[in-house]
Amino acid sequence: MNLASLAWRSLWNRRGTAALVVVSIALSVVLLLGVERLRDQARTSFANTVSGVDLVVGARTGPVNLLLYSVFRLGEPTSNVSWESYRTFAEHDRVKWTVPLSLGDSHRGFPVVATNRDYFEHYRYGDRRSLKLAEGEEFDGVFDAVLGARVARELGYSVGDRIIVAHGGGEMAHTRHDDKPFFVTGILEPTGTPVDQSVHVSLEGFEAIHVDWRGGAPVPGLSISAEQARRMDLTPSGITAFLVGLESRVAVFGVQRDVNNFQDEALMAILPRLTLQQLWDLLAVGERALLAVSLLVLVVALVAMMSALLTGLNERRREMAILRALGARPWQIFALILGETLLLTVLGALLGVVVMQAVVAAAGAWLGSALGMTISAWPPSPREWWLLAAVIGGGLVAGLWPATRACLNALQDGMTVRL
Amino acid sequence: MTRAPALEVDRVSFRWRRKDAPVLEIERLEVGAGERLFLGGPSGSGKSTLLSLVAGVLVPGDGRVRVLGHDTRVLSGPGRDRFRADHLGVIFQMFNLLPWLPVLDNVMLPCRFSHTRRNRAEQRDGSVAAQARRLLGRLGLDAERVLARPVTELSVGQQQRVAAARALIGAPELVLADEPTSALDADRRADFVALLTEQCGETGAALLFVSHDRALAAAFDRHLELGEINRVAQEAGA
Ligand SMILES: Nc1ncnc2c1ncn2[C@@H]1O[C@H](COP(=O)(O)OP(=O)(O)OP(=O)(O)O)[C@@H](O)[C@H]1O
Ligand SMILES: [Mg+2]
Repeated sequence: MNLASLAWRSLWNRRGTAALVVVSIALSVVLLLGVERLRDQARTSFANTVSGVDLVVGARTGPVNLLLYSVFRLGEPTSNVSWESYRTFAEHDRVKWTVPLSLGDSHRGFPVVATNRDYFEHYRYGDRRSLKLAEGEEFDGVFDAVLGARVARELGYSVGDRIIVAHGGGEMAHTRHDDKPFFVTGILEPTGTPVDQSVHVSLEGFEAIHVDWRGGAPVPGLSISAEQARRMDLTPSGITAFLVGLESRVAVFGVQRDVNNFQDEALMAILPRLTLQQLWDLLAVGERALLAVSLLVLVVALVAMMSALLTGLNERRREMAILRALGARPWQIFALILGETLLLTVLGALLGVVVMQAVVAAAGAWLGSALGMTISAWPPSPREWWLLAAVIGGGLVAGLWPATRACLNALQDGMTVRL
Repeated sequence: MTRAPALEVDRVSFRWRRKDAPVLEIERLEVGAGERLFLGGPSGSGKSTLLSLVAGVLVPGDGRVRVLGHDTRVLSGPGRDRFRADHLGVIFQMFNLLPWLPVLDNVMLPCRFSHTRRNRAEQRDGSVAAQARRLLGRLGLDAERVLARPVTELSVGQQQRVAAARALIGAPELVLADEPTSALDADRRADFVALLTEQCGETGAALLFVSHDRALAAAFDRHLELGEINRVAQEAGA
């Protein structure tokens, strides 16, 4: 329409300021959508850290704590589950499979997880995906190790390399089991879960490196070589936790009760999905704060647009008076300004979406592996559509005041061109 | 056929605010069809206010303003805007042009708001642009050279002539000029007024030209001082 083309030319004349407004809206949209996207994907990939595991069993502690060390390999397990108790539940009628886990050691900051080959068979993540080897094979011998994708990538390991396990966790672990090195037999494909950051060894190997240790320290004067250890009985006396798969999910609460009421030892069983949800709720405060901050940034951008428009109005007062003299109606003046804000916010939102897509296309894979999750930007979630709609709605609201002002000015100025 | 007078003002009084004294109290003012009237008056006497009343941007509190036989108080707000677009041409004191439109588009602007004027321009000259070029030429603007320049690079005199062409495009029945010469030097004032009155004569438009510069009045069909018809000013002067 005629008025629209006039509006466009007027805006084009002020394209420098307009571009700044569009860019500031776009940046706030990128921030808003980025936070929302990360939040959304963090939640899903978090909820997908383990799947297909019905129960996680460990020594009695807080549920979140048990989850943290068994699934996320964070923190120090306080006490163990005895091998006998583990076997009791492994042979429970309703239990289909179990995966034992022993934790506590590390390799150059990455947690060492001692387990058996059932781990590779039963562990599931995401949409019930199983672990796959990118290279080599599962461990077989006592001193074999299978590395998570990120461990291998960051430390530059490949199959056949020799690694030394340190006692204790974290970068600070200083006592090294350097008398009994492990050899890399396989490297897993990336999963976007804590598996990527784990060094997997056999339970026997884990037992072997500790045979000449008591109470967390080497026994003075006692030194058992790797060869000697290999010939010993390496059945562990205890493990840290175990994952349980049931014959039928219906049994989950029954088995959980059996574990919690177990007489010989204080044990507890958690439903990993449920506890993941609880853990997420704990983190949700930060998540909401992040969203609130990005909403504030958006408000700042819209207010900046409003003030740019209001300042512009003084210069454009003459423009409005001319248009009025030529027969423009007051509502057309109103529509002119409101249309301008609409255009600016829509352009800002579009640019924001495009930049967001570009960022994800360019850096999504890198960011995803850095954060340990998969990031995709398309299609936008319904919430993101709502956020975009809110941005445009906010733009219109921010435009109401300048548009009303312009309209009132035009009515009041009449035929006099004021400066 | 006798045409209705371009403008009739009857017993009009206007005050800006309810509590204020009236600015205008005019018993009678008439501008005939095609008549070119010079209306003088000192600064602050209400000339611009009167033009706003005529243009239908303001409506009188009392009395009647009829433009081409139409009472502005009978027309609705949008109706007045529409009427203004179709039948009135306006020239301001200065800053008449939209700086972001090329010269030709500025001249053609009224035809964006009025089909009537667009049709008239097309009937007379084939197209709106052709009429714009013709009017610019008549007003002494060597069209091609001026057209190429941005509006902001024109001299004030050139800008006022572009504004005159804009007021005249599509042959409106009445042209309102609010001190269009006050920013020009003496020689150019006379030139501008001569061109404007001549072109109004050619298109048959009536011209209501307000100014405090009586020296210009000679070029018009009739000369009137606002003080002669405005009772407010008479009282103030008495
Ligand atoms: N928008 C307005 N609101 C209130 N009062 C106004 C407004 N515009 C003009 N006036 C008052 O109306 C009176 C007449 O003003 P007007 O602008 O019509 O004078 P003028 O004859 O055009 O003067 P000049 O030659 O300086 O342009 C003045 O006293 C002025 O203060
Ligand atoms: Mg004035």
